Amino acid sequence: MYYYDEYDHALVRERVAQFRDQVQRRLSGELSEEEFLPLRLHNGLYLQKHAYMLRVAIPYGTLSARQLRTLASIARDYDRDYGHFTTRQNIQFNWIELEQVPDILERLAEVEMHAIQTSGNCVRNITTEAFAGVAADELLDPRPLAEILRQWSTVNPEFLFLPRKFKIALCAAEQDRAAVPMHDVGLYLYRDAAGELLARVMVGGGLGRTPILSQVIRDGLPWQHLLSYVEAILRVYNRHGRRDNKYKARIKILVKALGIEAFAAEVEAEWQHIKDGPAELTDAEYQRVAAAFAPPPYAALADTDLDFGTALAGDAAFARWVSRNVQPHKVPGYASVVLSTKPGASLPPGDVTSAQMDAVAGLAERYGFGEIRVAHEQNLVLPDVRKADLHPLWQQAVSVGLGSANIGLLTDVIACPGGDYCALANAKSIPIAQAIQQRFEDAEALHALGDISLNISGCMNACGHHHIGNIGILGVDKNGSEWYQVTIGGAQGKASALGKVIGPSFSAAEVPEVIERLVETFDEQRQGDERFIDTVQRVGIEPFKARVYRKAEAPA
Amino acid sequence: MNNLISLRDGAAQVVTDDPWIVLREDHAPADSPLILPLARWRERQAPAVLQGAAVSRDGLLLGADDDPMELQPWLGVLPLIAIDFPSFRDGRGYSQAYLLRTRLGWRGELRAVGDVLRDQLSHMRQCGFDSFAVREDKHVHDALKGLAGMSVQYGRSVIEPRPLFRRRSQS
Repeated sequence: MYYYDEYDHALVRERVAQFRDQVQRRLSGELSEEEFLPLRLHNGLYLQKHAYMLRVAIPYGTLSARQLRTLASIARDYDRDYGHFTTRQNIQFNWIELEQVPDILERLAEVEMHAIQTSGNCVRNITTEAFAGVAADELLDPRPLAEILRQWSTVNPEFLFLPRKFKIALCAAEQDRAAVPMHDVGLYLYRDAAGELLARVMVGGGLGRTPILSQVIRDGLPWQHLLSYVEAILRVYNRHGRRDNKYKARIKILVKALGIEAFAAEVEAEWQHIKDGPAELTDAEYQRVAAAFAPPPYAALADTDLDFGTALAGDAAFARWVSRNVQPHKVPGYASVVLSTKPGASLPPGDVTSAQMDAVAGLAERYGFGEIRVAHEQNLVLPDVRKADLHPLWQQAVSVGLGSANIGLLTDVIACPGGDYCALANAKSIPIAQAIQQRFEDAEALHALGDISLNISGCMNACGHHHIGNIGILGVDKNGSEWYQVTIGGAQGKASALGKVIGPSFSAAEVPEVIERLVETFDEQRQGDERFIDTVQRVGIEPFKARVYRKAEAPA
Repeated sequence: MNNLISLRDGAAQVVTDDPWIVLREDHAPADSPLILPLARWRERQAPAVLQGAAVSRDGLLLGADDDPMELQPWLGVLPLIAIDFPSFRDGRGYSQAYLLRTRLGWRGELRAVGDVLRDQLSHMRQCGFDSFAVREDKHVHDALKGLAGMSVQYGRSVIEPRPLFRRRSQS
């Protein structure tokens, strides 16, 4: 993990002091709410339906056990004993008092954390996949460049008042588990035949009201030029992005309006001025940061473990969990484990109690190197677990409610907090997620369906990434009541696709039935072990649509 | 009075006798030096100024939609450039300042005008502004406290072109 040096510490502490002063000035009335708004957003503080919400940054989803315990203590001391892990690998606390925010930030600073730029029209938390550094299919470790980008984009004075929010994601593996094409800037890192680290730069992706997948703006960018190239993109965007309509202000709209060639030419012209200047990354800096991500002291283990094999053979529930929640690791004898935050109706997707956070911190220390990752699917990952420890780890995960064997299955629902909390939402998300989870409780049937991603957003802002769910559910407002539009065929990863709307929207009560009919159609049409998304791509949306609406419209 | 903060040799001070008038409306006071948009500035200049033979009495107002590169021919004769912030949430002025200072090499006074508030002053300073006409309803002495900002800056800026990694490695 990256540990702060004196500069990082000083920046975060000064920022806390600065925000403490701004909060004071707001409370005294010296700052109007309009003036305070961007300042609090730059510090991760939203005003929601019932209270302030504080979104804490978890850079590229990496946490130490100590940091997770601190998050647990904040949930206990300042919130209602839980936090919500988000689709941007951050955590949100939903019941915060404005007066207490500076103290919370101070507590975070003690463990090298902050809430800087987790909202507002600026560069947001840099994300990458939850298995960075350990995935078996990794080409190289994306974390050093993610950290370098994090630092560069933090309080960068020129780019704090962009037309709209700006999200950057990195991927450096065969499979894209970081949803790169839906980001404003996406970076696919790879090495060429000579071993040179290069980036394929993607630009103009984003969900929201106008979902667009990003396009390649430059291939083969040497890593030394990463910061200057992103700077050139941001300068062009800052100057020319639309500011007259917040729904047309993301960079994707500018790229679409100009066309990728013309946009690329603008960026290229800007970049030529700065590429060989002081923004060029140095090998010394890369090495300094990369040293923080050196592999932990793995034991030399055989890749197979007898006890693990015996447990697999003798315990069907464990075997089922392993088939869904355990990922291959690049080091023999180790695996990565996903702890599901989607137990079903008992807790909303992504919500984790303080006791659970403490328990996960303990598991990370006992069965790993004290490190935890947050996946953008809102689950928690223990990256370095010995195969021999998987069985006891599973038992303990189950005992704290984090052992659901449903990663990638229909009940691994990705959902925003929705209308229960969020002032922007048109409709609730959580009750919909819970109703669907209840409908598909039967483990046997659920596992037989295989991979199906289901994403729910309570409004067009698409925090639940509904466009890229195999099944997407979007809350819409119709004359003041809550309705849900359903899409199918969305996908993330290198074969990203945007889902297609199947037809008119449904009431909340109808949604579980609709999902059931989609699943029935899949069952009928499925060939062999085909995944849901493959079937949709093969047969199109018509059979699904026909079944959902034919029955809905049949006379009683 | 213009509610003005000015940096002289790096030190900030409140200026009480600033003569400049930003001309957004049509009526022009008789004897003050004006800050004007490019088209109107050109109309008002004597031929000698336009030929580059004399320094103008008037400063130039760069609007948020304007391209700073268009000022290139006049940089030698301008006494001051002001960049307008129509809203403090509109960040175009930061990039315009960067381009004027870094790309065009403007060394004269660069003033922030419009919705200029305490909590953005340090960002403006880092992007090369050296005077700040704080919004009229705000206390200029209070705004002065916002100028210093934080002591650490990771990235680069106009006043510190080396990113922290180039400074860090020397320590």
